[in-house]
Amino acid sequence: MVNLTIDGLAIRAPKGTTIMEAAAQNNIAIPKLCFLKEINEIAACRVCVVELEGKERLITACNNVVEEGMVIYTNSPKVRRDRRNTVQLILSQHDCKCATCFRNGNCALQNIASDLNIHELPFEERLERQPWDQNFPLIRDSAKCIKCMRCVQICDKVQSLNIWDLEGTGSRSTINVTGHRTIGEADCSLCGQCITHCPVGALHERDDTEQVWQAIADPKKVVVAQVAPAVRAAWGEQLGLAREEATVGKIMDSLKRMGVDYVFDTTFSADLTIMEEGTEFLGRFTRGETKEKPMFTSCCPGWIRFIKSQYPHLVPQLSTAKSPQQMFGAVMKSYFAQAIGRSPEDIYTLSIMPCVAKKGERNMELFDGEYAGHDVDAVLTTRELVRMMRSAHIRPDTLVDRPCDDLMQAGSGAGVIFGATGGVMEAALRTAYYVVMGENPPADAFKQVRSQGQGTGVTTAEFHLGDAVVRTAVVSGLGNTRRLLEQIEKGEVAYDFVEVMACPGGCVGGGGQPIHDGEELAFERGKNLYALDSSAALRFSHENPDVQRLYAEYLGEPMSHRAHQLLHTDHNAWTMPRKQR
Amino acid sequence: MSRLEMPTPSRSQLVIEQLYKELERRIEASPPGLCPVDITRAFLELCHAQTCGKCAPCRIGLLQLKHLITDVLNGKATMETLTLMENTALSIMESADCAIGHEAARMVYQSLIGCRDDYEQHIRVGRCTCTYSQPVPCVTLCPAHVDIPGYIALVREGRHADAIRLIRKDNPFPTTCGFICEHPCEARCRRNMVDDAINIRGLKRVAADRAGHVPPPKNAPSTGKTVAVVGGGPGGLSAAYYLQLMGHQVTVFEMLPQLGGMLRYGIPNYRLPKDRLDDDIQAILETGVQVEYGKRIGRDITIEELRKNYDAVLVSIGASTDKKLGMEHEDAPGVVSAVEFLRTVGQGEPMDLNGQEVAVVGGGNVSMDAVRTAVRLGAKKVSIVYRRRVADMTALPAEIEGAMAEGVEIRTLQAPARIETDENGHVKGLWTTPQMISAIRDGRASVKASGEEEQFIPCTTLIVAVGQSIETKHFQEAGLPVERGKILTENSGGFSDIPGVFAGGDCATGPATVIKAIAAAKVVAANIDEYLGYNHKITCDVEIPEPDLADKSPCGRVELTERQACERIRDFEGVENCMTDKEACQEAGRCLRCDHFGFGLFKGGREKVW
Repeated sequence: MVNLTIDGLAIRAPKGTTIMEAAAQNNIAIPKLCFLKEINEIAACRVCVVELEGKERLITACNNVVEEGMVIYTNSPKVRRDRRNTVQLILSQHDCKCATCFRNGNCALQNIASDLNIHELPFEERLERQPWDQNFPLIRDSAKCIKCMRCVQICDKVQSLNIWDLEGTGSRSTINVTGHRTIGEADCSLCGQCITHCPVGALHERDDTEQVWQAIADPKKVVVAQVAPAVRAAWGEQLGLAREEATVGKIMDSLKRMGVDYVFDTTFSADLTIMEEGTEFLGRFTRGETKEKPMFTSCCPGWIRFIKSQYPHLVPQLSTAKSPQQMFGAVMKSYFAQAIGRSPEDIYTLSIMPCVAKKGERNMELFDGEYAGHDVDAVLTTRELVRMMRSAHIRPDTLVDRPCDDLMQAGSGAGVIFGATGGVMEAALRTAYYVVMGENPPADAFKQVRSQGQGTGVTTAEFHLGDAVVRTAVVSGLGNTRRLLEQIEKGEVAYDFVEVMACPGGCVGGGGQPIHDGEELAFERGKNLYALDSSAALRFSHENPDVQRLYAEYLGEPMSHRAHQLLHTDHNAWTMPRKQR
Repeated sequence: MSRLEMPTPSRSQLVIEQLYKELERRIEASPPGLCPVDITRAFLELCHAQTCGKCAPCRIGLLQLKHLITDVLNGKATMETLTLMENTALSIMESADCAIGHEAARMVYQSLIGCRDDYEQHIRVGRCTCTYSQPVPCVTLCPAHVDIPGYIALVREGRHADAIRLIRKDNPFPTTCGFICEHPCEARCRRNMVDDAINIRGLKRVAADRAGHVPPPKNAPSTGKTVAVVGGGPGGLSAAYYLQLMGHQVTVFEMLPQLGGMLRYGIPNYRLPKDRLDDDIQAILETGVQVEYGKRIGRDITIEELRKNYDAVLVSIGASTDKKLGMEHEDAPGVVSAVEFLRTVGQGEPMDLNGQEVAVVGGGNVSMDAVRTAVRLGAKKVSIVYRRRVADMTALPAEIEGAMAEGVEIRTLQAPARIETDENGHVKGLWTTPQMISAIRDGRASVKASGEEEQFIPCTTLIVAVGQSIETKHFQEAGLPVERGKILTENSGGFSDIPGVFAGGDCATGPATVIKAIAAAKVVAANIDEYLGYNHKITCDVEIPEPDLADKSPCGRVELTERQACERIRDFEGVENCMTDKEACQEAGRCLRCDHFGFGLFKGGREKVW
């Protein structure tokens, strides 16, 4: 233990504790901006400067550890002056039009400027304007970037894609896409982790809400929405709703109140995915095709972009099943359209996703008979959903639980846990067990694949399906994924079935989820989904009556010709920029 | 791909490295008098270009400082801008993450504080009040303002006698300075911007070596006025020369048997051969200067007498009293001051150091003269004892190198602690306290005791070379103002309440250089002339060659070679060799003729008269 004094308070802190941590443990808040624990501890913003008695220069609290006898002032006149000056400098290069910013009210810079009582800038505003493709799902606003480097670090250290870097030197140093590429030319997975870790509004998803409003207003369009499992675990955060209050039924209510014609829950198509992907897996497994190289799940579009750009030779290992979003879109434009007597052209499919990559995935084309278009017409992130609710002036306390519409109403707990890392694997194993053994396993039989905490990267397990042993691995986060793939490539490990989610913790930690500066909430949100699963009436995808009806009345059986037409895809139908050498 | 790779610099890296070096030289050659605000802005631009971009104070702060300082330059700033700049600079100094940021801000801060008037001037007047003050760098920086481009052009044409005539207009010691001038003129030579400074001193040496005897110009008609000059060193003799040319009759009072002062009795023959010194003195005496030898002020003559008997009096007695270490046994046999030691040699009565161990305390030029002389007097081992590092020595690098080549040991970071004597009271050695280098104070690295054990440096002769001062007692009695061991004069060299008495040279400035003493002599000569009621002009009618129009492509600087160390230590003959004619022509051809090109052609290029 080390003894020191902070702001006159005698403190004991374990050796190796940073000044910032030691202060926080004693309820002394030191403001910070660029700091991101274990990701970005580079002392770039200088907002956390403190005065160390006897030293002329200030030191940063985020990356300096406590020493015996230190006397520290976190709010001395010098600290106040320099901290204020630094924030004013940062603001002079930040487009301070907060009213029109996506992060208005949820911005670390806005908070610190407000806390420091800064109401005018002595410096002339000098904004940097970089051109950017406004049609790309990920948008960077250089005029708002404060060069905290978090995007660089999260992409390098957590996602291993190195999309962002500091470009140029001196006065012209700024953040841009690495290798002098445009974002469209880059091998960006669109995971959106840079967005959720940006302290300000410099990174955001392309806002598609206006387009959705137009579709709603169009009398010729039937707007059919689906809501992904992970959205329910997070949407209430920004509206001040407690987890138990923020139900999926209230999302359905809000969508209806906004004018959406039909609302559905993506858990339905998650169950459908299990039927297709589970069947596909059992086929490949029993044929011995997974002995050397596993079958990979294909639900996560960030992962699909990753494997196509980084390990293109492994693409054949991907399940050909579309993701639940795309499957649902295809079913809405065929089975559902037919059921309500409309043509697929009239159907405007909208999905609410925790994800930015889904905006890219929706570009996937659907050709079905006469119809040539897309499974999904618009994808909104959880954040956009909340923005739409706000713009519709919907008071969250007035929302009620509203069931999904008929025909595709049911969804199992297995479908719900798709939103957390391990969920797809667990759901698939529940059904695979049933298919092989002819009876249901205990619903929680495969809970070993669940994440143990926020830091869980890879979970591996082996399960007996009759005589056979299925070797499974679940991984989330693309850096973890890369490490796992390298091990598989080297033959150090072998699995039959591998679930990959691009975002750490799975979709609950998705790049389209509400942003909480400095907090990682995936594991907490995941617990919510597991709770919903355990209390669900249906725990097995194959027991979903509406899925069963879909097969009985329309698709035939899993992996049928019609199922292939609508529910499977050719991963080579589109190209992805390759990794830079 | 290999795990690790040897880095090979790219072509552009190599080019930039080269440009950095050129920039260094350019900064070295930067003319003084430039607008401090604009130069600070330029430095700031460079500093900001070095930013990595990580930390906010450096990346944004330096940029904003740059904008603010530009506002000051553009007349768009107010006094509040300066406060903002000061606070911003201070904040960056205190909070930037690395030296690229905090030291850049420190430069701006220092400029803001130190050059405040200039900043305020820009704001108040809305325009820069600085003017270009150095049209010809070498001429400006030469304390005596010798027409350097002029005589270099003459040397190039082989007109060596004309070169000597031209030099003498401002400096009657061309030969002496050709040997030992510290050449401040070379420091900011514009040729640095191309490759390297011109070897100006070397070319003067060429002129002096090749010219032969050059008689002085004719004196102006006699004024009938008389001037007493006390001290026959370079300052006194220079003043005597010019006053004589102006038509006054000068008498020099010299306490020693021969003229030249420190040039004869301080500087060893191997650096300045005495016969060559005599060339200069001969020409000075040819003007009709009278000399009274063996006359010491305060002992044989007094200021009062001189004031009574002469129309004007100039005190230029130099600084020939030793400073002491202030230690016990400093008066012991075997302990000698450097001035005293060198004077015995100059007087032709050198000490016999055969087989002795000699230690010299001090790191200045006098110390180098002492050690190299001791080597020549046969000492077995000669050491310099210095409390700082070699880089901190005030001696010219060439002198230090010369001493080292001649086998002198340099014992740095040793502070003299006490002198040890033997049973006969004779010096036995010097104890020193080991030092370590420490904080930089006033731009110079200080030292502190390292805590290591004291060291003993055995020696039978200990020479103290820690500076000189003057004997001020007599002057104080005569009513001349004396402060910190120097005679305090007005800028004119005179005294407000003692009409007719002037002082100049080392006695007024403290130990300095020959060329500074000569410069002071010019000032007092002009002012004495005026005091006497005249306005004589010193001119030179030598016609200066037109500059050549050849391209000034980069070319190495010709350095003077030296005799082999093993050979030269056996005698006191000159160490340095002169250039060949071919070398001299090439070297002179490197001169950029700033008197003709650039600002020099417009203004201040040539002072033909003073």
